[in-house]
Amino acid sequence: MDELLGPARSRHGPQVNPFLQLENLTKRFDGMTAVDQVSLSLERGEMVALLGPSGSGKTTTLRLLAGFEVPDEGRVLVEGDDVTKVEPVARRFGMVFQHYALFPHLDVGENVAFGLESLGVRGEQLASRVAGALALVDLTGFERRRIGQLSGGQQQRVALARALAPEPRVLLLDEPLSNLDPALRERTRREIRQLIRRVGITTIFVTHEQEEAFDLGDRVAVLRAGRLEQVGPPEDLYAMPANEFVAEFVGRSSRIPVTVLGPGERGLRISVEGVEWDLTDGNAPAVSPGPALMVVRPEALRLLPPGPGALHGLVTDRRFAGSSSLFTIQTDGGATLEVSGPPRSVASGDRVGIMPSRRSGGGIHLFTRPSQ
Amino acid sequence: MSSRSRTAILGAIVLLFLLWLIVYPLILVLIEGFQGPGGWTLDYLRQFFGRRNEAQALWGSLWISLATVALAGAIGIPLAYLFWRYDFPGRSVLGGLVALPAVLPPLVGVIAFLFLYGESGFTSLLVQRLLGLDEPPWRLQGAPAILLVHAYSMYVYFYLFTRAGLASLDVAVFEAAASLGAGRWRTIRRIVLPLLYPSLGGGALLTFMTALASFSAPYIFGGGFRVMTTQIVATRLNGDDQLAMIETASLTLLALVALWLLRGAPRGEDPASGRKGVPPALIPVRRPLARILVALLGWSLALVLLLPHLTLLLVSFVPVGTWTTEPLPPSYTWRNYLTLVVDPVRTRPLLNSLWLATAATVASVGIALLAGILSVRRRVPGRRVIQGLLALPWAVPGTVFAIALATAFSIREPLLGRFILVGTLWILPLAYLVRNLPITSRAVLAGLRALDPALDEAAATLGAGRWRTLRRVTLPLLRPALVAGASLAFVTAFGDFVTSIMLYTYDTRPISLEILSSLRQSDVGVAAAYGVVLMAVSAAVFAVGAEQGSPG
Repeated sequence: MDELLGPARSRHGPQVNPFLQLENLTKRFDGMTAVDQVSLSLERGEMVALLGPSGSGKTTTLRLLAGFEVPDEGRVLVEGDDVTKVEPVARRFGMVFQHYALFPHLDVGENVAFGLESLGVRGEQLASRVAGALALVDLTGFERRRIGQLSGGQQQRVALARALAPEPRVLLLDEPLSNLDPALRERTRREIRQLIRRVGITTIFVTHEQEEAFDLGDRVAVLRAGRLEQVGPPEDLYAMPANEFVAEFVGRSSRIPVTVLGPGERGLRISVEGVEWDLTDGNAPAVSPGPALMVVRPEALRLLPPGPGALHGLVTDRRFAGSSSLFTIQTDGGATLEVSGPPRSVASGDRVGIMPSRRSGGGIHLFTRPSQ
Repeated sequence: MSSRSRTAILGAIVLLFLLWLIVYPLILVLIEGFQGPGGWTLDYLRQFFGRRNEAQALWGSLWISLATVALAGAIGIPLAYLFWRYDFPGRSVLGGLVALPAVLPPLVGVIAFLFLYGESGFTSLLVQRLLGLDEPPWRLQGAPAILLVHAYSMYVYFYLFTRAGLASLDVAVFEAAASLGAGRWRTIRRIVLPLLYPSLGGGALLTFMTALASFSAPYIFGGGFRVMTTQIVATRLNGDDQLAMIETASLTLLALVALWLLRGAPRGEDPASGRKGVPPALIPVRRPLARILVALLGWSLALVLLLPHLTLLLVSFVPVGTWTTEPLPPSYTWRNYLTLVVDPVRTRPLLNSLWLATAATVASVGIALLAGILSVRRRVPGRRVIQGLLALPWAVPGTVFAIALATAFSIREPLLGRFILVGTLWILPLAYLVRNLPITSRAVLAGLRALDPALDEAAATLGAGRWRTLRRVTLPLLRPALVAGASLAFVTAFGDFVTSIMLYTYDTRPISLEILSSLRQSDVGVAAAYGVVLMAVSAAVFAVGAEQGSPG
């Protein structure tokens, strides 16, 4: 239910009443711009993923939000209040650190109580709120455990409970799953999603894993070199990437140079390695004639025996991926394409033809290129 | 931001304080060495170069230090390798004993050697009696005597550094070398030694600096043999203050040149906190003959290591004036220890050393903590200089600082930052403080660097201000480092001799000076009793430090 509602909720169009606003945030280090004019608005209770490769400025953005860094330009607003200059101590943003930063000399209960004590919570009330926070992350009764006795997953949950206990206005997560082994990662992801939905806290988290961003984020903000490339629900990013970078960074894809010829009989006519294809309008946005780069998802192409109208190439590799296989094709023109198909349809060394699949559903994207 | 500029101002104050306490006195020494009654002069420099004694003393310091490095390395390195690689009878017992020389404060070690190997010590009397000689078979004097004491007390540095270096090696490296066809010697030459180089360099540097600064051994055993530390004190006693300044400057220069030459070595790498590799399985010594030989060697080594301590203990029970020419003292008494407690004149030095060392340790921990947090965490401007200043007294011999402080704080010129402290009870704690700063700050800086800065940030996001973060997060986590630094600093100050001898007053006379005067009055029993107390307190503080200092 949540999975359905989440993205839908954020698709209201322009937000009337943003809870958290980042306005033109800019941060320079030694003349290098780490974060460049980043603007983003979050509704109350919304969960946004900052996705980008390392060095894209996502962690710096998070640190600007937490108050560990002061932006050179721009503002951070919570419900209209400017908190840009508010010290982290007074900001009431909860944060889960990449390596958790649990206090190793305090036990689980003392860790969780730490932020509540800052608010002056004492005695009975403190104990019950600590217990409540631990119950939230399914660690009831863990108060007196030492941090060193916990598994990685439990430490992560303690960090989450500690951040949530003082009921912060915003929750920040720095690569929340990067320290867990892959088997645990997916389960933890699910738990985090359910927990945050239940608490209803406005959340921003940083990740370099697209799968994580898609799974957890109501919306995903893709960053590159400090700039925000695109913000949107996962399916929009996949189906309508704003540019070449987003298209390639999000999901599997391969790239091949083409020439756009103009409108054809059944859509946009392009020429690929001398073969002419008509792309149905669902597949490709209007691009002016001339050289272009085609970024294509594996499922947007299909393999067939060599023949007229098909792109030709040699199968060089096959990778089994469950219900289908991913085939690597070296085209005669020298491009490398990844195409998905039934597991045993062709074998390495076979000569094959390639055509756009009939239901490529937004898997082909054209980006205009200056002539090469 | 105002809090940032306040931090910067605090950093500047710390920087100025350290400059005033550490660098300023050294500069004054240099200036005064070139000032005579009629203004600037090179007379004293000319005197310095004109006298053969001076050159002899400088040369003596240099070659004794180099020879000490060679000897200490020759003992410490193979011993460390032996313990790391081989299993042999008595390994664990001997392992506990090898660090024993460390609990002997310098002067105490020297008098223990005096009682043991000196002209009228046990061994020489024993040999004399056995061989029926008219005279003692040897005289413990000059360079060989100094080297003997140095080798005994300083091989520990090489041993600890080498062991730390070896401990950081991973057995996989040797397995890789073996799989690539390298034999034992090629592995040692091409793999072990290059990987150990930083540790060996660290051990060599520490040994060289300690030997260069060594005062007790040359002072007691030197005789006609000159080294610069004792030469400075002698010149000073003669009243040639300016010449003493030039000598002080020359010793400082020698120390700094040595430091510069060995600058590649990781200075003062803490042998206790190295990376840990997976050690190779111990090779048991199996052949019967080898086992007997190794056991024999091990036990004689243990005896040699332990003899000074035992000697001290034995002599501490000797009544005054009863032990003359017999190989073993003829009678024993508790009186010496009783005197320390009952006689106010004898008790005073104990209490003095106690409060002097405590005050200096507390102050140095506080300063190191403040300077550490400002320079590591707050990253104030000039943090490099602050850290350099904290480490500087380590490279400068204690004699030099004694002279420098005596010079800086013998006149009253408040505007120039000079006050009369010499002759008051403040000069000794101040001197101990300067000497303690490198010890405590090294521990505190290492501790702070090992702390994840995210812990501070986590505390901040949880609403904890600076004080609460310091009290609840930083200090508890730094406790092992603080305890380790403080205990080492306390032991150093408690047993200090080299700075005390130049700066003490009768009212602040520390234990070491009382040992010296007891020796002069031939009251060996009381001197030894003081020595035993020093040794016991050092051992106890080390033990507590090791236990409290271990995390968890």
